[in-house]
Amino acid sequence: MTAIPMEHGLLVAAVLFMLGLIGLLVRRNIIFMLLSIEIMLNAAGLAFVVAGARWAQVEGQIMFMFILAMAAAEVAVGLALVLLMYRKFKTLDSDQVSRMRG
Amino acid sequence: MAVIFYISSAVAILSTVMVITRMNAVHALLYLIVSLLSVAVIFFTLGAPFIAALEVIIYAGAIMVLFVFVMMMLNMGTKAAEQERKWINPRMYVGPAILAAILGVELVYMLASGSNRAAGFEMIGPKAVGISLYSSYIIGLELAGMLLLAGLVGAFHLGRQDKD
Repeated sequence: MTAIPMEHGLLVAAVLFMLGLIGLLVRRNIIFMLLSIEIMLNAAGLAFVVAGARWAQVEGQIMFMFILAMAAAEVAVGLALVLLMYRKFKTLDSDQVSRMRG
Repeated sequence: MAVIFYISSAVAILSTVMVITRMNAVHALLYLIVSLLSVAVIFFTLGAPFIAALEVIIYAGAIMVLFVFVMMMLNMGTKAAEQERKWINPRMYVGPAILAAILGVELVYMLASGSNRAAGFEMIGPKAVGISLYSSYIIGLELAGMLLLAGLVGAFHLGRQDKD
């Protein structure tokens, strides 16, 4: 029963975060951008839990719960904005609504 | 336990790559659910069973259901029927099903071997997390509650249909 080095857990978190960032930068569909933000938040939480497990402290898990609450609030508001955008512009392309008016 | 950590890490990275390369949003959502489930297995191997349960219940359950609802609301058009026929095509769910089957085999292996101790680290159970959350971090907990209330009010305000 060998121990997992902390670096491997952090490496997985970093790879997941980079995949989320690449998805956010590459995709123009706003649903995919929201999904990429979820991936990035999840990867940040994974890094917290790995660090908390390394030093056997509960703080990592508590920070993950805060991230979870934040992600839930963010996705509720974000999806409401997506619905509003689709109702008003009939598109999900974030490039087509990039111009501000006012 | 260490080998389970590495297998589920590979599943997580593979399914996340599939998420950001899919063209159809529902396919991407299926892969994202598999990715979240494999991260839950990683949490379990790291000795955080409570967080693993929260990941499955809230992330893969509640938040993904929100995404599915919004996608179904957006797709109410004339071509909804043929799109539905295309979604039932088995080719779309065979990939997520294989990855989920890997996770299921891991789960059965862990239950059968009976060694549910963390891989090298200490197991931190829900009791320690709860005691710390409701004593040292009570302010943060209340702030998280206010944030959720603000998100609820904001989503309701934005999603309201104007009558005029």
